[in-house]
Amino acid sequence: MSNDMEIKDKPSVVKEKNTDEAVEAGLAKLTPERIKNTINQVLQKETGPRFKAYVETCMHCGLCAEACLYFLSNDRDPSYSPAGKVKQTIWEMLDKKGEVSIEFLRRAVHIAHTECNVCKRCSMYCPFGIDIAYLMLMVRRICHKLEITPLYIQDTVNSHSATMNQMWVKEDEWIDTLQWQEEDAREEFEDLRIPLDKEGADIMYSVIAPEPKFQAGLLYQAATIMHAAGISWTMPSSPGWDNSNMAMFTGDNEISGRIARAFYETAARLKVKKIVMGECGHAFRSTYDVGNRWIGWAMPPFEVVHALEFYHELLTSGRITIAEKFKKTVTLHDPCNVSRGRGLHDMAREVTNMLCESFIDMTPNREHNFCCGAGGGVINCGPPYKGERMINNKFKAEQLKATGAEVLIAPCHNCHSGLEDIVHHYDLNMEVKFLGDIIYETMEKKIYKPGD
Amino acid sequence: MNAFIDFIMGPMVWIAFLIFILGLIFKLVIIIKDVNDRESYIYSYLTLKHSLRSIFAWLIPFFPQSTKQSPVFYSISYIFHLLLFIVPIFLMSHIVLVNEAFQVSWVALDDGLADILTLVVIIALVFFAIRRYTVPEVKYLTSYKDYILILIIALPFITGFLAYHQFFLYKAMVIAHVISGEIMLILIPFSRFSHMIVAPLTRAYMGSEFGNVRHAKDW
Repeated sequence: MSNDMEIKDKPSVVKEKNTDEAVEAGLAKLTPERIKNTINQVLQKETGPRFKAYVETCMHCGLCAEACLYFLSNDRDPSYSPAGKVKQTIWEMLDKKGEVSIEFLRRAVHIAHTECNVCKRCSMYCPFGIDIAYLMLMVRRICHKLEITPLYIQDTVNSHSATMNQMWVKEDEWIDTLQWQEEDAREEFEDLRIPLDKEGADIMYSVIAPEPKFQAGLLYQAATIMHAAGISWTMPSSPGWDNSNMAMFTGDNEISGRIARAFYETAARLKVKKIVMGECGHAFRSTYDVGNRWIGWAMPPFEVVHALEFYHELLTSGRITIAEKFKKTVTLHDPCNVSRGRGLHDMAREVTNMLCESFIDMTPNREHNFCCGAGGGVINCGPPYKGERMINNKFKAEQLKATGAEVLIAPCHNCHSGLEDIVHHYDLNMEVKFLGDIIYETMEKKIYKPGD
Repeated sequence: MNAFIDFIMGPMVWIAFLIFILGLIFKLVIIIKDVNDRESYIYSYLTLKHSLRSIFAWLIPFFPQSTKQSPVFYSISYIFHLLLFIVPIFLMSHIVLVNEAFQVSWVALDDGLADILTLVVIIALVFFAIRRYTVPEVKYLTSYKDYILILIIALPFITGFLAYHQFFLYKAMVIAHVISGEIMLILIPFSRFSHMIVAPLTRAYMGSEFGNVRHAKDW
């Protein structure tokens, strides 16, 4: 990183990038033959006319560049433009028929895993609608098969594989955490329950593993909202409770499919009417859009509802009433996976306005919002890449700052964590909150009595 | 030599048109067959409504966000693509040739206007070439092949323009015009010019994913 000046003069020169021990150990084991066979296997056998159309139709017009947070944050360095990333990965793999170097692969892992959030914003700026995120995910698939996936995210996948949750949460720890939160919440709401394995409940509520691991307060809040609204709900005690899916982002499609299957089978076992998910974007993408496809369902076999939609329903139906609106000025970050991924952005604004007195929108917004810079598994690649991530999120920081809001609402876990990092790094002096935090703060703390 | 020129000016024109049309049909058939064989899931998501919604949204000038952010490029690109079809199809001397062969004709552009529009096409291509060379994010993606593509489109227009004005080497210019036109037509199905039919398909698929699954706009 000592040659900063040089980088400015020659924007297309490959910068020295961070790596980590898993990537390096994996690269050390590769043989030219394995590299070639793996790349050709994935690109020839695991893709089809769609991939072919994307690489053969791109006119190299560069219009996608304008869409990308990385390009804009790095002073318009073309190596960060979406098509630029495809050029440095897929095009060269195709050109060389898979005979690429170790150095090339080190760069390819870095690009696909830490310089693209697979947010699909660029697809909205490509006149042909080329799905560049899909191409980056193909690169990750190749990296997975070559066993050169970055360490931290690979660890979460290993955890998924062994425990069916992302954070090595043991089964008894999970149940214990829920009971602990239930006990605490009963001091505020007598008779509150976090019903485990309640067959035939209306709703299965599911969260991501970081909640029991280190954000147990979110389980508390969710339980109080369910209680105050008088919802018939349950949480599963068995594996399948975690809806997160990092394997989806490492190209480990097999494990990704197993996770989604365990999730839906759990809901089926509990015979619930619908699934409500916590405020997480990628988990929603997994269950609503990706995991279901891998196991052969065009659309999810259950009604799957993101927290945002659920809150909207609770607030508009009057099951939750707001005692006093939130006073501070708020802005709203549209997470890719629920706005561009599910069109919930207008609902998010309605919910925010129902909860808060003063809402300032950020620009651009809705489908066109910039990614938080953390999603798509980027933040999950961990500390080795955090410094770069902060540089790559500069443009996002400017977008946030321009709102002048005191509170930043981020209804997604990855966004929430990534935006916290941005706020601290760039001294933005904003408080990052989930919608659930604000509902909990502002709602009428009704004690639900059966029959109400 | 004369036999060669007769061939170029006669049968080869029809051969070029046949390759152009059959090539595109062949390309389309291959894509559909490939989709059926390997990616039939695409049909689970493809809807006519959302495909057309997306395609039309992207045909409206300055409607998609991207077009608003790069107005100069899109303006030139819109005009270029329209003229690419309008000028050759409605050119008087082309219509005369078709009329000789098939006894059909249609309304023609005024020759003076067609002349100006030809210049517009050439200027647009020069703009594309300069943009390729000067805009960093475009230059980064550009290889010599991209300039060749520009040249392939430019040549029929340049030679046509020169032949019309009879500045010099009139006969050679007409021959060059015909040859370059034939090359352009023949290459369309086998090069990235095939975006002529592939781009609506990729657009339709992305439009369907956005409209049907994601419930969001893709423009």
